[in-house]
Amino acid sequence: MDMTFNDIVKKAGFYLLVGVIVLFAVFPFYYAILTAFETGSALFEVNYLPESFSFANYLSVFEGQPFGRNIFNSIFVSVLVVALSLLMGVTASYALARVKFAGRGLLLITILSVSMFPQVAVLSGMFELIRAVGLYNSMFGLAISYMMLTLPFTVWILTAFMRELPRELEEAAVMDGASPWTVITRVFLPVMWPAMVTTGLLAFIMAWNEFLFALTFTLTNEQRTVPVAIALISGASQFEMPWGNIMAASVIVTVPLIVLVLIFQRRIVSGLTAGAVKG
Amino acid sequence: MAQVSSLTRSRRRSAWLFLTPMLVILAAVAGWPLLRTFIFGFTDANLSDLGSYGFIGFENFYAVYDGETFGLLADPEWWQAVWNTIYFSVISVSLETVLGIIVALVLNQEFKGRALVRAAVLIPWAIPTIVSAKMWNWMLHDQFGIINDLFIALGFIDAPIAWTANPQMAMAAVIMVDVWKTTPFMALLTLAALQMLPSDCYEAAKVDGIHPVKVFFKVTLPLIKPALMVAVIFRALDALRVFDVIYVLTPNNPNTMTMSVYARQILVDFQEVGYGSAASTLLFLVIAFCIMAYIMIGRVRLDEGGH
Repeated sequence: MDMTFNDIVKKAGFYLLVGVIVLFAVFPFYYAILTAFETGSALFEVNYLPESFSFANYLSVFEGQPFGRNIFNSIFVSVLVVALSLLMGVTASYALARVKFAGRGLLLITILSVSMFPQVAVLSGMFELIRAVGLYNSMFGLAISYMMLTLPFTVWILTAFMRELPRELEEAAVMDGASPWTVITRVFLPVMWPAMVTTGLLAFIMAWNEFLFALTFTLTNEQRTVPVAIALISGASQFEMPWGNIMAASVIVTVPLIVLVLIFQRRIVSGLTAGAVKG
Repeated sequence: MAQVSSLTRSRRRSAWLFLTPMLVILAAVAGWPLLRTFIFGFTDANLSDLGSYGFIGFENFYAVYDGETFGLLADPEWWQAVWNTIYFSVISVSLETVLGIIVALVLNQEFKGRALVRAAVLIPWAIPTIVSAKMWNWMLHDQFGIINDLFIALGFIDAPIAWTANPQMAMAAVIMVDVWKTTPFMALLTLAALQMLPSDCYEAAKVDGIHPVKVFFKVTLPLIKPALMVAVIFRALDALRVFDVIYVLTPNNPNTMTMSVYARQILVDFQEVGYGSAASTLLFLVIAFCIMAYIMIGRVRLDEGGH
């Protein structure tokens, strides 16, 4: 194939742009991995390529603080709120997407608005609520506050997915006199599970990454979630930050997330667009 | 009005039944705390004893004693936070939009390794904000950071810069981290819009020999504009309530303190629940205004589907 000089320049320029994009996207995480493997004085020399390969930071991050417990806390609270949100979300979204009733538009506006609340706007009221039910500094208290984030989000995305399903799907079942509960469990659940996986994953990431509530509603190291634990790792003074430990902790909690996102990337994109852009 | 069949009536009844658990929970974990925050905004409540407080009217917002003004609206720190929030939101969302469009246009081309590039672009989005703030914090370190090292090697700067402490640079650093983290979101939403465009008008433009840049501004941009607007407003709502990245990257820095950071500092660190709740309420009003704009501009689908 003949290529003119012009074509070659264009192609080279294009691949250069692609290279810059990939480098910019990947480099910070690459550098975190590289730092996490460095100890001692190697940490304080700037290296662009791997120079040392030590697991010391990965071990010491579990020694200085209850990091294993923090990971457990994050998984526990995230799984709990995602399960509860999906359970309530699937029935609620069926009602919102498949049944016409007065006040439906207003209800959807309210749900969308709640999912966009600034968290700070409920901080003092939430603090009072969590203390009143005696769940301050507890994973269950944190779960209460996380429901404000994951529930409206789950309902909104599932409603967007549920609307796209053809009307014929439930018609036959309704004609046969099936109850709405039967329609949901027998007709919708079997076709909705991909949407539920997507929504559940997005809600899980949301809960896993949450910081403000976790910072405010927990007090002791044992009750902290991963983001708060990482943010609060500190050395003897601000000039002795244990960067190796911080990077090791960051890599530990990020790798599973990146793997999940890469496996489900198509689904995640469809979930994000269903939530944000009208079809 | 048409006769409503018993089937329809029973469907509606079960619809409300299905909605009840969700509505009860939302009222308890969102509606009630929001209402309490509004109420706290008109009190002198303190975090150490939330049970006892007195109502002080609008004093948290604005009050005049002996010719001196008090309250949020007379507090220069609050206005600094408002300005910081607006500045951060406008600059970061604009950059993310432009960069997001560029990345989306690249990903919309057919080329070898496209799937791999798309996967790489998703990585910043998948990293928790706290982690990305810490990663950049380390890269931007004044003594041992790779950014200073790289910039000195390339000749951009002569001496290391204390990126996160320097008053002029702190906001730029925060914006850069936010742009890095959220450009993938803009790129993916823009890409989804691009992929829904009909290909025939592009072929016509190609046959007519119109310059690709002109095609982009005359054809592509107007067609993806509705989807783009929704994504921009979505991002703007996120930017206006920004907290995590600033709290971790530039703690206690008045040059980057946004409304959320300011309100939390008053509420938790200074324990002034009344004053902090008033600040939260103002932030809520700003965002509520933007949500209404989103719903109207985005023409969000609210009453479709079902029978």
